[in-house]
Amino acid sequence: MPGTTLSEDLQQTHGRGGAGDSGGDGGDSGGPGIPAVPQRAYITGMSVALAGILMFFMALTSAFIVRKGISLDWQPFALPKILWLNTAILLASSWTILRARKFFRLGDMPNFSHWWNVTTAMGLFFLAGQLLAWRQLAAAGVFLASSPSNSFFYVLTAAHGLHLLGGIVALLFVGLRWQHQTHLTPATATEVVSIYWHFMDGLWVFLFLLLYLGR
Amino acid sequence: MSSHEHAVHVAPTPSGFIRKYIFSVDHKVIGIQYILLALTAVVIGIVLSLLMRFHLVWPGAKFPSWMISGGVMTPEQYLSLVTMHGTLMVFFVLTTAPQSGFGNYFLPIQIGAPDMAFPRINMLSFWFTFLAFVVMVAAFFVPGGAPISGWTAYPPLSGLGQVTGPGEGLGQDLWIISIAIFSGASLMGALNFIATTIDLRAPGLSLMRLPLTAWAWFITAILGLLAFGVLLAAGILLLLDRMAGTSFFIPAGLVVTDVVQKGHAGGSPLLWQHLFWFFGHPEVYIAVLPGMGVASHILSTFSRKPVFGYRAMVYAMSSIGFLGFMVWGHHMFVSGMSPYSAIAFSVLTMSIGVPSAIKTFNWLGTLWGGKIRFTSAMLFAIGFVSLFVSGGLSGLFLAQPAIDLYFHDTYFVVGHFHLIMGVAAIFGIFAATYFWFPKMYGRMMNEGLGKLHFWITFVGVYCIFMPMHYLGVVGNPRRYSDFSANHFLAPLYSIHLFITIAAIVTAAAQLFFILNYFWSMKKGPKAPDNPWNATTLEWTTSTPPPHDNFGGHYPSVYRGPYEFSVPGAAEDFIPQHLTPDQVGKAK
Repeated sequence: MPGTTLSEDLQQTHGRGGAGDSGGDGGDSGGPGIPAVPQRAYITGMSVALAGILMFFMALTSAFIVRKGISLDWQPFALPKILWLNTAILLASSWTILRARKFFRLGDMPNFSHWWNVTTAMGLFFLAGQLLAWRQLAAAGVFLASSPSNSFFYVLTAAHGLHLLGGIVALLFVGLRWQHQTHLTPATATEVVSIYWHFMDGLWVFLFLLLYLGR
Repeated sequence: MSSHEHAVHVAPTPSGFIRKYIFSVDHKVIGIQYILLALTAVVIGIVLSLLMRFHLVWPGAKFPSWMISGGVMTPEQYLSLVTMHGTLMVFFVLTTAPQSGFGNYFLPIQIGAPDMAFPRINMLSFWFTFLAFVVMVAAFFVPGGAPISGWTAYPPLSGLGQVTGPGEGLGQDLWIISIAIFSGASLMGALNFIATTIDLRAPGLSLMRLPLTAWAWFITAILGLLAFGVLLAAGILLLLDRMAGTSFFIPAGLVVTDVVQKGHAGGSPLLWQHLFWFFGHPEVYIAVLPGMGVASHILSTFSRKPVFGYRAMVYAMSSIGFLGFMVWGHHMFVSGMSPYSAIAFSVLTMSIGVPSAIKTFNWLGTLWGGKIRFTSAMLFAIGFVSLFVSGGLSGLFLAQPAIDLYFHDTYFVVGHFHLIMGVAAIFGIFAATYFWFPKMYGRMMNEGLGKLHFWITFVGVYCIFMPMHYLGVVGNPRRYSDFSANHFLAPLYSIHLFITIAAIVTAAAQLFFILNYFWSMKKGPKAPDNPWNATTLEWTTSTPPPHDNFGGHYPSVYRGPYEFSVPGAAEDFIPQHLTPDQVGKAK
């Protein structure tokens, strides 16, 4: 499973399940005596969610391959150059979030916040860049229904963009310390969000390759 | 009680009607909300099926105009009933009640947890499901009415808009939007079920000590997780074809009512079929796997014997789930697919017979030599096994491409899937209801009414669906609203009449169930904590369970889920939470 690298001492795991011991206090339903939801459940939940998201994108990918394979109306088109820059920004943001996590583990909160916010900003830059790519295509007369290749471009970038927007909201959530209102520890919150962020990054690289090689 | 218990306070129950019963995060309330939603949907679904059966045998019959606009049902109205009956039953009954309803209520209790892993997501998934239901039912009331493309919504019929018939305008849009919302809700539900089962089990409750119900919900959740994302993707593409002028599924040169359709080119209706059935076949197992778990659970409890071959049951359910993702092509044998692909899908489909047979033998093995108590729950569980076998056998015919080419789109298929997916799963729901009702509402259901309900329903569903196999063999096509003009179908009229009468009687018998349900909720005799002398954790807590499920005393588990009639034990059942020391002196 991804994301089990975080040192155990930072994870406030309450052992339930399997042969563990019974839990601590402060569970989701509130009140004393209720075993807390173990922090690893959030990691499990995120991994499971990513499996569902992956199936969604794999369905679109298989539709892309089938639709391209059977049709005579597939018109290749030049991808906007800015997508290369966007890709570089998103790849770099995976590196900045790694740095943020490293400072978090060292307990260096100012540096953690700095790199975390840099990651958030880069996510916003990526989204702005994607919108710019759409504007450029529209200016060139390439719209959603122009050709199946264009349809898939817009559908895949939009679906990925919406998922990434969710990631930015999650980054802000942790960046503004809002996770204190939930049962996630800061360690779990940063881990869960960064798993999602890396996944969205990898997913984009995959989609970009698909769009580039399959255009 | 276990040695791990904590002497602490009971968690406070939320006060206020809204937080307690409407926007509740308590999995038990959410489970009941799902069950009541499914009950509403099933009543609508049954009424729709009765209207169809009426029309088939009395095609000229006048209906009140508030029911069928215009009085006499048109073929398009008939198709909209077909569509909405299938959709409501598959999504809002068979997917909602056994998994989201009973699973929500009993999974956390059976694994000794205070709630689901993510209670707020749980609440969201119910309210998304409810929203999807409202959007779906709204399709009846928009101009043109409900869609006519069936629960599978095949394009190009479903993709071109109003031109392909009434209901294909706004009605079909609402259908797709509803299914997309439902998919989102199901994904959230699946996520919760999986994380809860993996991470919230009580100490000592290893996977191989899980009740088979919990295993079934777990495997079903995995199927839902992997299937609903694909349906969501397909739905989005179909909606874009309808609204944004794309051509994912719509080919060029279509002629509808003598008019050439322009604006689309190159799309593939078969692409939709592949995406839809990649979801649609696992969906069949999403509907029926929880019933398998419930049947195993109840057969063991009322035979006073452990489940025969527990591990084999787990592996059989897992392999049914796994194989379920590789057989979608058997819904498409007539689509012109390569015979080589068809053979691959056919062999894989028939191989599902192996784990299915293992399950059936193990159910019979569980019954064999048991001290059987024929409670209503037990009768419905045995009925489940019967329907599963009857419906499964006709599946072996349909799994063979050469035979399916003949049977496709005949009543043989209707009989097959209603028995195995529809009625078997419904029997699972009934069994679960009679079994768990005392725990959920603190009162017993009336056993006499329950048995009456069982016998009429059991005989009734066989009278409805067995003759349909014969209709299919002689070539009666499905989805035709009126056979009176078809000369070769005229001799079948008396069979259709018989089916319609059986349907009316069976539907009427469901009133016994509804009456029993709501009467017992208020007036039934008080239920003890463990009325069936059962072994799993839900029977160790009070009835009905407190807000935090165990009143602060969380159990540990020391044994498997089905320790009945253990030689040398004081009683014929040993609850899972008893330590080896406590067994001898169990109450």
